[in-house]
Amino acid sequence: MITTANLTKTTTTCYHCGASCRNEQIAIAEKVFCCNGCKMVFQILNENELCDYYDFNAHPGVLQTTVIRQDKFAFLDNPEIVNKLTQFTNGKQTQITLYLPQIHCSSCLWLLENLHKLDAGIQNAKVNFTQKEIFIAFNNEDTTLRKIVETLTSIGYEPHLNASDVDHLSHSRLDRTRWYKLGVAGFCFGNIMMMSFADYFAASHVLEPKIKLFFSIASLLLSIPVLLYAASEFFVSAYNSLQHKYLNIDLPVALALVITFLRSIYEITIGNGNGYLDSMSGIVFFMLIGRWLQSRTYQSISFDRDFRSFFPIAISVVKDGKIIPTEIEHVKTNDVIQIHANEILPVDAILSKGNANIDYSFVNGESDVNQIKIGEIIYAGGKQLGGLIELIVTKEVSQSYLTNLWNNPVFHQDEKIVHSAYDAIGKYFTYFVLAAGLAAGGYWYMHGSIGLMWNAITTVLIVACPCALLLASNYTNGNLLRIFGKNKFYLRSADVLEKFTQIQHIVLDKTGTLTQSNSSKVRYYGLILSTEVKQYIASLLYQSAHPLSKAVLDFLNVDSIINITDCKEIEGKGIEGWINDTHFKIGSAAFVGGELQANQKGTKVIVKIDSNIVGEFLVTNNYRFGIPSLMDSLKKNYSLSLLSGDNDSEAEKIEQLLGVDSEIYFNQTPEQKLKYIYQLQHQHQKNVMMVGDGLNDAGALKQSNIGIAVADGGNSFTPSCDGVIDGTSLNKLNQFLNFAKAGKKIILFTFIFSAIYNAIGLYYAVQGILSPVIAAILMPCSSITIILLSYGLVQIMARKYFPKHILTNNIYETDYA
Amino acid sequence: MSVIIILLSASILIATGFLGAFLWSVKNGQYDDIQSPAQRMLFENKINKSANNLIEKK
Repeated sequence: MITTANLTKTTTTCYHCGASCRNEQIAIAEKVFCCNGCKMVFQILNENELCDYYDFNAHPGVLQTTVIRQDKFAFLDNPEIVNKLTQFTNGKQTQITLYLPQIHCSSCLWLLENLHKLDAGIQNAKVNFTQKEIFIAFNNEDTTLRKIVETLTSIGYEPHLNASDVDHLSHSRLDRTRWYKLGVAGFCFGNIMMMSFADYFAASHVLEPKIKLFFSIASLLLSIPVLLYAASEFFVSAYNSLQHKYLNIDLPVALALVITFLRSIYEITIGNGNGYLDSMSGIVFFMLIGRWLQSRTYQSISFDRDFRSFFPIAISVVKDGKIIPTEIEHVKTNDVIQIHANEILPVDAILSKGNANIDYSFVNGESDVNQIKIGEIIYAGGKQLGGLIELIVTKEVSQSYLTNLWNNPVFHQDEKIVHSAYDAIGKYFTYFVLAAGLAAGGYWYMHGSIGLMWNAITTVLIVACPCALLLASNYTNGNLLRIFGKNKFYLRSADVLEKFTQIQHIVLDKTGTLTQSNSSKVRYYGLILSTEVKQYIASLLYQSAHPLSKAVLDFLNVDSIINITDCKEIEGKGIEGWINDTHFKIGSAAFVGGELQANQKGTKVIVKIDSNIVGEFLVTNNYRFGIPSLMDSLKKNYSLSLLSGDNDSEAEKIEQLLGVDSEIYFNQTPEQKLKYIYQLQHQHQKNVMMVGDGLNDAGALKQSNIGIAVADGGNSFTPSCDGVIDGTSLNKLNQFLNFAKAGKKIILFTFIFSAIYNAIGLYYAVQGILSPVIAAILMPCSSITIILLSYGLVQIMARKYFPKHILTNNIYETDYA
Repeated sequence: MSVIIILLSASILIATGFLGAFLWSVKNGQYDDIQSPAQRMLFENKINKSANNLIEKK
């Protein structure tokens, strides 16, 4: 073994999570860990012979830097809360489904399903990978929910428990009717087709009348479930549209289905074969597949979160010197509560004890940490970064500052019925074909041929079915959604795709949207630091968990860390310590006592050695990759605005990015953002797309025509929105918009193509000679052409907008700093 | 020719059986989560393998 390799700059990766390790001090045998958290998980698994976990995938774990305080889950001892969380209990066995956002690989699956090895009380554990959920059944006598949750947390899978879990008890059940309908329609279609073939190929006089009758009756029986069950959604939708006095595309479809069915019964009764039953069931089957393709949404992503999803289930209330975990709904005004480090305050409260360093970035997008003095108010949604604080509640959850945003009427509107452009096309299509049918019928009536008249009118109506249009839009949208998802843009539904094509104005948020929330750019001002001093500073910062310390530590990029025993961190302020008889003090200006450049705005980390301030690190937000070029391309087609909750320290840079025509506002409250969007929509008649993150944008996202939330990594929590885009894909936003527009063109093109088939059918229909054979040939031909065309064109467009080999490293960002 | 009626009835009957099997599997939740069973299958092999190894060692 070559151990000297450690001294050079080879990056060692953590055996558990794969993060790079700063040194190799934390290790067991040859296995190196990045932090004690990861090491602990390994130890637990090792003791319980669960180390197969590491064999399925390399570094399957999740980084364990945040330390979970001991009685964090004490509220799970409260039977009332447990009752609200569990699905089923009979006193002996309890069943619960927990959401574990950390689930990401097969190792997770294996470990979680072997939970009974860690806790014997667990009788059954089953993971749903798609939903990132685990179903646990446990024995009440042997274990408790709290123990299970603590076990899960100890191995790195902390369940996401929040206030909304308590409210929405009923876990969303999957809709299986779509599968049933597909199965029934496919079965009936296949069998009817089989019997119709005999009709088509053997000239009808060859078939004995007895057999022919049997075929017809069997086909008729098989087509009844198609019409009444599989196609029921078309009838329901058509009926609803009639009630709203609006002609939607399902109405002519329903009409065509009924007429086809009736006409077929007539054909059967006069002994003319099966009629058009095969075409009818085939069309229903293809349309159901199309709808299924279009509705395959992302189960693990929730698009309907409100503030409750961000709040804890319970907080600690101090009563008569005792700490009682209390559900946040039951916290009353004047209660004394405790908030621990990294917890979110769910109420408005006055600080009574401790050092409060509140991060409001969640609520207003402001990135600076606020230091609160005793006696000052802290608003709901603030996150405590320092240690334990005590507060007195002034406003309950339902009345707090943050919750007020959700009292805005925007959040209580029902979703409007979407009047799709295809509905409109469908309408004209229907009018046109009805006119053609009547004209043909009239013509034959004049010529005294009543039989042909009926023939013409009914078959024209059969051909009039705008199934082709439905198929074209469903299949294309389904394919578009798939490509969007592949490129990490997850849409709530296919309706959003159409709305993309109507967008005129884009409103952006800054913090967390244009900038990366967990990444920052560091610059240093001051005396030049020697390698030795750099190492000392880094070693001190290594002891601190504060995000700023981490940012500076990354910036210093030292090879090794020395052990410091004599140091003290004042949480949220800074750290000081003695190294080789030299005193180091690193932290905020208030903590260190002075700064180098007082006129320089921004977040700073100041270094003081003995009594001299030697320098300061200026930490600024880091813009996401590709933002300048994205802004350049968006500027050309849309008007842009930026609304930031942050201060205007970066105003110049933003103006450079967005251009002079754009409106830029800083220090915006969530309400102001919502109002701004409202004004754009109502005073300027614009279709607005809002791109934001966090709760401070929640109102604006809801108000806008399309609200897009930016998420970093798979398990971020996004507010209610129409789509979630991964931070790494945000730079492709313009391509996504263009792709959606191209999608609309593809639908129109496919539709025109399929209209050719309809024209051929119409040609026969108006003459009154559209036989079931012609219908049976035209139907699958048109359906299959549409499917292939839509798939092929979407694939070509996807290659154009999202080329596979982008040499991302070759594109250098313009540095505005 | 009349035998066709019997044959066809039989074939539809068998097909109905398959439809029933499909509907049953949907109802049982086999289509709810398509990802995990595919992965779970691999583990059972893995566990058996390590179990076998243990036996061999002994």
